[in-house]
Amino acid sequence: MSLTSDDVKRVAKLARLGLTEAETTETLAQLNSILELVDQMQQIDTHGVAPLAHPLELKQTLRADAVTETDQREKFQAIAPQADAGLYLVPRVVE
Amino acid sequence: MSQITDLSFSELKKALGDRTLSSVDITNAFLDRIETLNPTLNAFITITHDEAMQAAKEADAAISNGTATAYTGLPIAHKDLFCTDGTLTTCGSKILSNFVAPYDAHVVSQCKNAGLVSLGKLNMDEFAMGSSNENSYYGPVKNPWDTTRVPGGSSGGSAAAVAAQLTPLATATDTGGSIRQPAAFTGTSGLKPTYGRVSRFGMIAYASSLDQGGLIAHTAEDVAHGLGLIAGHDSRDSTSANQPVPDYTETLNDSLKGKVIGIPKQFFDDRLDSRMHQAMNDVLEVFKSLGATTIEVSLDHVAEAIPAYYVIAPAEASANLSRFDGVRFGYRADSPADLMDLYERSRGEGFGSEVKRRILIGTYALSEGYYDAYYKKAQQIRRLIRDDFNRALSSCDLLFGPTTPSTAFVLGEKTADPVAMYLEDIYTVATNMAGLPGGSFQAPLIDGLPTGYQLTGRAFGESMILNAAHQVQLATDWHTLRPEGV
Repeated sequence: MSLTSDDVKRVAKLARLGLTEAETTETLAQLNSILELVDQMQQIDTHGVAPLAHPLELKQTLRADAVTETDQREKFQAIAPQADAGLYLVPRVVE
Repeated sequence: MSQITDLSFSELKKALGDRTLSSVDITNAFLDRIETLNPTLNAFITITHDEAMQAAKEADAAISNGTATAYTGLPIAHKDLFCTDGTLTTCGSKILSNFVAPYDAHVVSQCKNAGLVSLGKLNMDEFAMGSSNENSYYGPVKNPWDTTRVPGGSSGGSAAAVAAQLTPLATATDTGGSIRQPAAFTGTSGLKPTYGRVSRFGMIAYASSLDQGGLIAHTAEDVAHGLGLIAGHDSRDSTSANQPVPDYTETLNDSLKGKVIGIPKQFFDDRLDSRMHQAMNDVLEVFKSLGATTIEVSLDHVAEAIPAYYVIAPAEASANLSRFDGVRFGYRADSPADLMDLYERSRGEGFGSEVKRRILIGTYALSEGYYDAYYKKAQQIRRLIRDDFNRALSSCDLLFGPTTPSTAFVLGEKTADPVAMYLEDIYTVATNMAGLPGGSFQAPLIDGLPTGYQLTGRAFGESMILNAAHQVQLATDWHTLRPEGV
């Protein structure tokens, strides 16, 4: 499968990744060479093989539904690009 | 007497225990050497000089009043992917160029609790994506053996810092070879533990089902000391294994008589460079002289590990890196017009080109209509690879092979061709797919440059790997060679 520059723009939009025109062009050729590498997978017959998500197939552990975290809002918001009165600020979303 | 910075972690431990050196002596010596050599090597992004001297004084006080642990006062440095409370944590990226972590990674707090003195934060490929350390926003790291060459990656800062004796022990991480490949390129010993052996809490995630924290040092014995400190269950990482942690130093001197070393035939086909093949044969002769035997084994699907990895790792990365959005922490673009512009420009300006490529590949592979052809197919191949390893390791104790196809390459040689760079990890990626422990240890030099051999063990079989490598190190001097001129 080969990508077009429209595909790259569509995927970049999905990923919320701003690309310049020059980056889009350069990236297109590189992504296609990576996909060519990836397509070597298709040579392997995987019919009936169950996908493996975790190498040791450990079971998800559960814990008691108890509060374990303390409130550290001030510490966390001190490193935010813009915060005020306990809120993270972004450009206006609703007019 | 040799200089303080010539000593290995284990030798420094003995000197501190004997009180022939203080932590202030040791910390001063390494900080001085960092100051002299880091401008050339660029191994450190942040040097925590004042905090280190303060910690060293406290360590010496603890040693005199009897409250010290066996490791109090010994130096370490952390890959800049481990969060350190109150210290800049960049992950090699512009997008985290202002990120002072608000908490410690589990690995960092384990080291602190043991009394280790942190010298600073080590350079790396951005978000651990790379095999040459040329993808760092903070500039490439130079290989101390030849500063025109790369140190490998992504833990290039960790490996170069140990090789140049800027720290005797460094933390590192490995998703597809990022501990073992730089260890091989710099003549150091590196271990990627079993998936789940070391908590990933506070490790900035790249590919969560493959990432694992580990160590780089001069010797297997040093790594054994370090692993005992950082391994173990942590409820804050749901994939952390609830398995007892053995004393890795206790079994270092076990005999290798009767141990069986498996040689995967796919690692020794005619594509392997003849001089690398010879270096590997030299190591195998040592194993045989120590009483081990060898058998040929087969890893039928190892060639497909790289293609499958470049689906699974980018797919997981595209999800993990969605958290860097310019809202709660990290870099934000100037004067965003609206929320979409804020996201797109903060990420577009904040991420480097390799990170962008992997986010795009991962997003594409997970997008509607492509899941079965890419992610599911890669996960099926992952099972075949895992089953190959388990089958091979049922007939032998360890698997043996070269860590890398060649010695360290020249800076800039592979930057224009991402696929050529990806193939650097051809011998290491499969181990991550199978979740098994793997170590790289010093083999003979080729043209004055280090090489490494790789040992892969059964799940939670780190002791066996370290035991085998230690026995080879007792019988050889490859691990004692140091770069000249730095």
